[in-house]
Amino acid sequence: MPLDDPMGPAITTDNGKGSAAPNRLAVIDGDIHPAVRSMADFKPYLSKRWWDHYETYGMRRKHGSANGEPYPKSAPLACRRDAWPEEGGRPGSSLRLMQEQHLDAYGIEAGILGPLGNTGQGEMNLELSAAMCSATNDWQRDTFTRPEKRLKAGLVVPYEDGVASAKEIERCGGDTDFGQVFLLTRSAEPLGNRRYWPIYEAAERYNLPIGFHVFGTSGHPVSGAGWPSYYIEEGAGHSTSCQTVVTSLVIEGVFEHFPKLKVVMIEGGFAWAPALAFRLDKIFERMRNEVPHLKRRPSEYIRDHVYFTTQPMEEPDDRRHVLDIMSWIGWDKLLFASDYPHWDFDDPFRAFPAGVTTEQHRRICAENGKSVFRLN
Amino acid sequence: MSADWKGAIDCDAHPHVPNIDALKRHMNDYWSETVDVRGITAFDSVAYPPNAPITMRPDWRADKSRGRARADSDAGRAAAALMDRHGFAHSILNCLYAVQLIRDEHMAAAFCRAVNDWVSAEWLDRDPRYRASIVLPLQNPELAVEEIERCASDKRFVQVLALAMGEHPLGKSHFWPVWKAAEKHGLAIGIHAGSSYHHATTGSGWPSYYLEDYAAQSLAFHTQLGSFIAEGVFVKFPKLKLVLIESGVTWIGPYLWRLSKFWRGVRLEVPWIDRSPIEFVRDHVRLTIQPFDAPASGETVGRLMDQLQSDQMLLFASDFPHWQFDNDDMLPVGIDATLRKKILIDNPLATYPRLGGSHAA
Repeated sequence: MPLDDPMGPAITTDNGKGSAAPNRLAVIDGDIHPAVRSMADFKPYLSKRWWDHYETYGMRRKHGSANGEPYPKSAPLACRRDAWPEEGGRPGSSLRLMQEQHLDAYGIEAGILGPLGNTGQGEMNLELSAAMCSATNDWQRDTFTRPEKRLKAGLVVPYEDGVASAKEIERCGGDTDFGQVFLLTRSAEPLGNRRYWPIYEAAERYNLPIGFHVFGTSGHPVSGAGWPSYYIEEGAGHSTSCQTVVTSLVIEGVFEHFPKLKVVMIEGGFAWAPALAFRLDKIFERMRNEVPHLKRRPSEYIRDHVYFTTQPMEEPDDRRHVLDIMSWIGWDKLLFASDYPHWDFDDPFRAFPAGVTTEQHRRICAENGKSVFRLN
Repeated sequence: MSADWKGAIDCDAHPHVPNIDALKRHMNDYWSETVDVRGITAFDSVAYPPNAPITMRPDWRADKSRGRARADSDAGRAAAALMDRHGFAHSILNCLYAVQLIRDEHMAAAFCRAVNDWVSAEWLDRDPRYRASIVLPLQNPELAVEEIERCASDKRFVQVLALAMGEHPLGKSHFWPVWKAAEKHGLAIGIHAGSSYHHATTGSGWPSYYLEDYAAQSLAFHTQLGSFIAEGVFVKFPKLKLVLIESGVTWIGPYLWRLSKFWRGVRLEVPWIDRSPIEFVRDHVRLTIQPFDAPASGETVGRLMDQLQSDQMLLFASDFPHWQFDNDDMLPVGIDATLRKKILIDNPLATYPRLGGSHAA
């Protein structure tokens, strides 16, 4: 395969002091993480009953840890060292710094938010989960998307309760400040299970894609092989949790039932997708009589419904391998994501291998997102 | 056509335990009586439902109307379908009798002993071309080591066998005495698709359909490979070979790119890993070639093969009697003659030191 010359970085930033160059790409960033300065930021959005509950019992998720992570990250809060705001608070909590350091510096035209942490997702008390998710949505709107029109909120839902989730989508889905419904990949049951279908029904109705971001606390090890020891295994394993999601959505018939639904796999990379599609097609060919509700091959549902953010970009020794993968997935299905402000941040102008043409780069960074995220 | 396969070493074939009596004959009085008193009829796994299409190729199934027994029912019939028909030099037997389901570690050990002795008496003794894996009671590593020591003097055992989904990822130090014994005796470690079902088969719990269960097997191989590398098993036991059996193969390149990138970022966590994960894989990890998850396109298969960046990693396997291919299409399309010979003969010989000297191509 002939390779193009390496793409020169189109960036001409003055390190975040403003003034985007005139011919820069209008980048759509599919994964930006906003944060609270502290949990007190949620207080105005919670009833006294739930704030008192939170203060008394805290959050309880299925990993046993009251604070922190069973797999400690490789940096505080897994964040870039330069992303801590001078005024205090966590990386991602200062809109000013996010604008200077990221939105302005890279010419981000639209950034899709994905709130992590104590947002209520995966909380075992389902009522607390719902209250926290609502608070997170209202806080995102007031803190980020109202003051900064380039940002679109991720509509977080208490996904272990499908009905409550649909209600939250009803509450917020009409507001164009929300660009996607936001779920985590490590759910209590595979996400194609019928208990989650009210989420998909509501999302489809509001023309919102579902973003499935890696992480979550299912209570299950990352695969049936048991609990690994190290963060490197947990981190690399997120691509397997993405495969679980895609397999379940396809095989359990979600796309057959919700034909307009679009989903985005976030932060799990993408290189795993062709091998998974090949595998599912093969097994389907042998055993399609087990799943007569499927009218098409698994790869066709994936091709039509599933988008992939590119971060963290896979980097084989031979770049042609990842170019093969990208062309098999389809240049129209890949979406740039930065993962700002986390340590494994991807730069829209430097993350892609030589051999990605200028046109392909433009589609991934500036075009494809328009057909999936609700940006208008 | 059969000449094309002459001398091949089939690294994954499955003998079928016909009934509990076949194993009882290889149990002591206590366990034999236990089987009767407690009404134990079988340990069969839902990983391969008997009538599911993938479990057995149609022409290898029993057919009463033709008076035909299932092709895996005894050593002679299987030899006729494999080694006689194609001229294989060896078939390596991986018995999938579901000892891994058992929660009682003593019972698991008793069943492992019975399975291994049954394989030896009913298969290995019946045809000198067969080789086999030692089935292990990994419910307790000490008992697993005992079983290796009991069987290892029989050189026809070339590998120890685990399933992709067990209690803990297999690289953990908990299991190191087992891998130490395997290395000492020149036995490869084989991990075969399948589950103890001690955990849900996916990271998000139990899926609805069997199809998803089978698809999820490849995900457990991701975890196992990550575990062997991150825990430093290959640093500790530099002579070990790890064989991933019935994993699907084509997942491995993309997973290694991701694992290697993470390693560059977070290697402070695992300072004993002094090389990129990809290098450990090239030196220590092998994969059997059935099934090979790819479309039937020579060009695509070629591109996927290229991802492996090595012609030494793939081992020929029939996966008999599972239905992975039709007719004699035992390799993916588009493999050239040089690579074919490596996959069929050279790579298995390099992987299983115990095959050395016994190989008659």
